[in-house]
Amino acid sequence: MASELIDKYMRPEHLPHIWCPGCGNGIIMRDVAQAIENLGLDHDKVVIVSGIGCSSRAAGYMDFNTIHTTHGRAIAFATGIKLANPELNVIVLAGDGDISAIGGNHLIHAARRNIGITVVVFNNNIYGMTGGQYSPTTPRGEKGTTAPYGNIDRSFDIAGLAYGAGASFAARGSAYHVQQTISYIQQGISHKGFSIIDVAAICPTYYGRKNKKGSAVDMMKYQRDNAVMQDKAVTMTAEELKGKVIIGVLAQVNYPEFTKEYQKIIDRLGREAEEREHR
Amino acid sequence: MGKTVLMQGNEAVVEGAIAAGMRFYAGYPITPSTEIAEQSAVRLPQVGGKFIQMEDEISSMAATIGASAAGVKAMTASSGPGFSLKQENLGYACITEIPCVVVDVQRSGPSTGLPTSPSQADVMQAKWGTHGDHPVIALSPSSVRETYDLIIRAFNLAEKYRTPVIFLMDEIVGHLREGIEIPDPKDLEIINRPVKKFAKQNGLPYHVEEGEWVPTMLPFGQGQRYHITGLAHGESGFPTNDNATAGKLVRRLIDKVEKNYDDIVQCEEVMCDDADVAVVCFGGTARAAQSAIEQAREKGIKAGMFRPITIWPFPSRELEALSKKVKKIVVAEHNDGQILLEVQRVVKNNCKVDFVGKIDGSVLTPPVILSKIEEE
Amino acid sequence: MSTAKKTTETKEVKKAAAKAPAAKADKAERTKMEIRLTGSGGQGVILATIILAEAGIEAGKYVAQSQAYGPEARGGSCKAEVIIDEKPIGFTKVEKPTFFMALTQKALDQYAPGLSKHCIVLLDSSLETPECLLANKVYKAPILESAIKEVGKAMTANIVAVGAINAILNLVSDEDLHTAVMSHVPKGTEELNEKALKVGMKLIKK
Repeated sequence: MASELIDKYMRPEHLPHIWCPGCGNGIIMRDVAQAIENLGLDHDKVVIVSGIGCSSRAAGYMDFNTIHTTHGRAIAFATGIKLANPELNVIVLAGDGDISAIGGNHLIHAARRNIGITVVVFNNNIYGMTGGQYSPTTPRGEKGTTAPYGNIDRSFDIAGLAYGAGASFAARGSAYHVQQTISYIQQGISHKGFSIIDVAAICPTYYGRKNKKGSAVDMMKYQRDNAVMQDKAVTMTAEELKGKVIIGVLAQVNYPEFTKEYQKIIDRLGREAEEREHR
Repeated sequence: MGKTVLMQGNEAVVEGAIAAGMRFYAGYPITPSTEIAEQSAVRLPQVGGKFIQMEDEISSMAATIGASAAGVKAMTASSGPGFSLKQENLGYACITEIPCVVVDVQRSGPSTGLPTSPSQADVMQAKWGTHGDHPVIALSPSSVRETYDLIIRAFNLAEKYRTPVIFLMDEIVGHLREGIEIPDPKDLEIINRPVKKFAKQNGLPYHVEEGEWVPTMLPFGQGQRYHITGLAHGESGFPTNDNATAGKLVRRLIDKVEKNYDDIVQCEEVMCDDADVAVVCFGGTARAAQSAIEQAREKGIKAGMFRPITIWPFPSRELEALSKKVKKIVVAEHNDGQILLEVQRVVKNNCKVDFVGKIDGSVLTPPVILSKIEEE
Repeated sequence: MSTAKKTTETKEVKKAAAKAPAAKADKAERTKMEIRLTGSGGQGVILATIILAEAGIEAGKYVAQSQAYGPEARGGSCKAEVIIDEKPIGFTKVEKPTFFMALTQKALDQYAPGLSKHCIVLLDSSLETPECLLANKVYKAPILESAIKEVGKAMTANIVAVGAINAILNLVSDEDLHTAVMSHVPKGTEELNEKALKVGMKLIKK
């Protein structure tokens, strides 16, 4: 099955990928491909947009219309693509630094606008491409090369941030929870409006090693053993949720979608112009 | 030609752009370019196009490039501070060869400076603002009518050469209202990007035939999948670390503009044939220079004006020829000497080069230029 | 898609031939009008110059309209200009006003020193004429008061002014001026502005 998926949705001539052994990115990239397969989307109508970072290289490996843009700006490029041609299924693949630090402004405004794009976050709690600096999702107290004495920043909950900004679909998955994550990505792509799936990735090379999290397998086991479903999480205190990996759909709401609302303006102006002509 | 209508420079940008086929605009409000966003918001949905006010200048540039990748002619506009913010993505459009038009209605700087006052101090930023070696085409109009025609040319050049084109305006022309006759759309030359399907799926989107400079471009969603990246890439469009491939790419990007000098560069000479003194100026400054040379002629001084319409690439050949005929060149611009550097580079010791500039937000007037013309 | 031109020949340069300078007699006849209107932001002096420019086009002239203003949308000094000429206009800013109007004392005091004895001046009646004011002729008219009392809306002062200015300068026919005003006022205010224009015209005794 995996090889069929690779043949159909990847660009084998550009594999193997640049990711380290044990990295969670490959699993999440596969989840995206599987979700597209399950939905039966037209290959040629799917656009994959990425920014800069380890996970952003996924765009080059996937056989769709793919565009690898500048750091933090994937959502802004995606906004232009989607508005110019709303027929396209536009999917943004981004890391935690890309989407919530340098690109944080675009994230909250795309959520507010409720433009119908899907964002899949490869959230590995660290800047991997540049060698292990702390990111906005590095937990407080943990280490990075630029937080040698422990991170004193508080960390972002990306799905919660997007929901707070107006995202109409927000979910959380993990590298370990493959079936659930595929399902959330599917739901996100089908959703009419801005959707985000924040997926806990693993980075054994930098985040794992810096913070003594053990091997890649240990990190996967951690996700398995510390997962809390969304339904349960809402009944738990912040203290109880410390160190837990929350899985599930945080919110699904129906708001008017941006490109459809814009089309209504175009249609209305067209009708008015026609009426004026007939008068 | 139709009826003469009163139009502002900034409005002419939008009307000309729509005539050129612009159907997407992403922007962020900034004085003195805001009317371009406002007019686009009114006009684009009337013609089936899209307008979006983005959250900042950076995303405006990104959305513009994204829309163009999806096959729609796209534009954004700003002024100095916003133009600075757009620079990274401007470089992205250069290396990925995605056509777009970026309008910069210059204002006094640095930083927030004098937001409502004229300036022409973004000349060098237009050329070197984004990092790395890259091609630049920049055009500058000096009247409302020329704004209309030249923005069409900006789109044509962007599409033909698959490169961002910078429309370097100033507040003088941007906020000027003049009567213009709108040309009949059927009299306009409109160029669209070279679209061609590749030989095979995931073919060579950046392949260029022998003797050509510009690869063909298929918009996203039209049946052939390929990859676009801001990393150095070969003909396949995929990233590479190979030095020879990277060097070949950057060389082609620069050459496609430099080697097409004759097609891209435009300049105007006014009363230069018998001139002893030539005023070199561009954009709104040309209006003061025009009056100054007329006044000089009335006083018996043979003065002329040389006006680059294409700022980048700079019209070196034409200016060099002129510098061998005149005794003196006076460079007049609303900055502390930016085009001056180009003029000095080109003219060398062929004739004397004088300079008159403005850096305080006020306007260069004909008497100030005239006295420089008269100076021994 | 055309390929690069390989030619090294000199390309065509847009050229305007050396024109003989205008003859002296010709110049005297030249009726270049440089109009500067001043007031405070929100009084609509910019719109007034736009309407005069529109009127100039109706009359088949060349026009150049521009403005200078500070960051305030309301209050603060505001200067708007229009040049109307028989010939193409070079420099687009007013250098030596042939007509000047002030609606506020602040604007008058600020701009009066730049006027010459050839200038025609129109001042709101509420203003004090500064001693330094040089002018060919000074008109005083209750522009602001008429807008409030006769038209019934202070906001129409700019249209009252436009009526008065055309009565002084005879720029265009009353019909052309009417057309220019109507094409620039918001829907639903046509009647009000028509009244303002008539009130303005009557302020100047012919």
